[in-house]
Amino acid sequence: MIEFVNFHLIPGLVLGSIYALGAIGVTLTFGILRFANFAHGETMTLGAYLTLTLVLLTGWHALLFLPVALALTALVVLGMDRLFFRPLRHAPTIILVIASFGLMLMVRSLIQVFWGTELQGFSKGIVLPWVLFDSLRIFPKHVIIVGSALALMLAVHVLLRHTRTGKAMRAMSDSPELARLTGIDTERVVRATWIVGACLAAAAGIFLAYDSHVETLMGFKMLLPVFASALLGGLGRPYGAMAGGLVIGMVEELSTYAWIGTEPLLPPGYKAGVAFAIMVAILIWRPSGLFRGRVF
Amino acid sequence: MEQLYGIFLYAVFLLTMGGIYAVLTLGLNIQWGFTGLFNAGVAGFFAVGAYTSAFLTTAASERHLGGFSLPAGAGMAAAMVASALIAWGVARICIRLRSDYLAIATLGIAEILRLVLKNETWATNGARGVSLIPKPFEHLPEPWNQIAMLMLVFAIVLVLYGLLERARRAPWGRVMSAIRENEAAARAAGKDVEKLRVEAFILGGAVMGLGGALMAHHIKFIDPNMAEPVSATFLVWVMLVIGGSANNRGAILGALLVWTIWSTTEIITTRLPTEWALKAAYLRIFLVGLALQFILQRYPGGIFRERRLRTSPTVSNPGRGSHP
Repeated sequence: MIEFVNFHLIPGLVLGSIYALGAIGVTLTFGILRFANFAHGETMTLGAYLTLTLVLLTGWHALLFLPVALALTALVVLGMDRLFFRPLRHAPTIILVIASFGLMLMVRSLIQVFWGTELQGFSKGIVLPWVLFDSLRIFPKHVIIVGSALALMLAVHVLLRHTRTGKAMRAMSDSPELARLTGIDTERVVRATWIVGACLAAAAGIFLAYDSHVETLMGFKMLLPVFASALLGGLGRPYGAMAGGLVIGMVEELSTYAWIGTEPLLPPGYKAGVAFAIMVAILIWRPSGLFRGRVF
Repeated sequence: MEQLYGIFLYAVFLLTMGGIYAVLTLGLNIQWGFTGLFNAGVAGFFAVGAYTSAFLTTAASERHLGGFSLPAGAGMAAAMVASALIAWGVARICIRLRSDYLAIATLGIAEILRLVLKNETWATNGARGVSLIPKPFEHLPEPWNQIAMLMLVFAIVLVLYGLLERARRAPWGRVMSAIRENEAAARAAGKDVEKLRVEAFILGGAVMGLGGALMAHHIKFIDPNMAEPVSATFLVWVMLVIGGSANNRGAILGALLVWTIWSTTEIITTRLPTEWALKAAYLRIFLVGLALQFILQRYPGGIFRERRLRTSPTVSNPGRGSHP
């Protein structure tokens, strides 16, 4: 039982909060710009690599650079919007999806050019977990990740509920035409959406890297679970995305537990397939997601 | 003289690969170009075709399934059937999805398939792949076997082109573009939209499977990495968008053009010092992506725009992809 908590439940919670952060960005982009952004995974990778560079330059702790890395990632994403998405703002949705698919590979290949493809880490050495009640093992980094992720989600909540920008974002997500008619500067809302999405994505990437390591494919590996989380929560529903992320992260980690007998329920090699399977199932049977998102 | 001969052999190899990509691009053109189905899982159908043909035509081996030593032609036919069956299954569950959802679902399915190919070592030899796949005409003397393979690939491209052009002009093709342009109107005209979409998806999948089988026979080897999203799915998409969606000539030209650029730049990058060679290889993907963005923004119709069938003199259509 304690093995279940140490090796499945806690990692599931950590992975789930990371997915939740990524999924909020996907769901906001979908709600406001109305397309599935395939380059979102690469935004997460970028955040992790920018932090890695700062850590290598200074030798300080990775999380000290969280604000700087978030700001830098947001700047890059605003640049990408200006160059590649804004010219296509009035094009059919699918053209935007193709553009984001191309952008995904462009960003990844540039990261590979600049940083190489080897696995790298924020810190060397091993931190021992805290041991509670003789057997419950909790790693400090896991507490930090889950705590920071919750803080960021709370910040998103405050932004969406209590600021003008957040209200404008929700208005535009509900009806872009009405939002424009009421005098909302839609381009400003679009920029705000990219900034929020990029910051959360970068944070997700940094947390994942902090938990394990930095590699060029980390964002792509997260892309489909993150899409699955956004779909599960209902597209355009930030709170749904948070819940969806937690569920997908948990299910991925719990799927390899030996529920029946002593063998893992699912061979660990297929762990990555769990999110896809859930996603396809939602798409078919409940495309509005658990939280009644929109079916566009 | 020796050098010239080497260049000639390289050109033959390059054109053969370009032709195989043309088959894949024609398959995607049926789905995306004509019917507007966003399949982001080209790599999956490619892999199904390649592995099916490989299992049937290789000699018996303990490392993987099959080993029936069938002729390559039978392998290719079976590859088309297998891919069509998979496409039928995928279409059954996903065809009603809106374009981006379909893209996400097909990408997911292709990735699951790649996981299966990698993990089920008993059946597929896992990451080490299936080797010693027979190549048609390989018993012929040196340049002629390569030339014969090239001829075979080009004959297949030509036959496909002829059939698809015929289908495009036929009522079937016209209904397909009607569905793509205005689904509600097609439905109102009494067309069974879902059934026709499934048909287009299956047909496209079968053609992609044939492309996969040709690739397996040409390279004589197949592993799960060849069904990776960059080299299989992305490249085929770039070929179709640059060549011109919904235009079969555009699909073929796009495939040959992009493949020539893709592999001739590889010659340059592999000559660089090792440290730079790897970086240059990634830079190449970046540049292809940039070319795609340029085409999307400036020439959304591609090199060859869609040729509209003349229906009524009053209708003037700006063509898909062009936007206000």
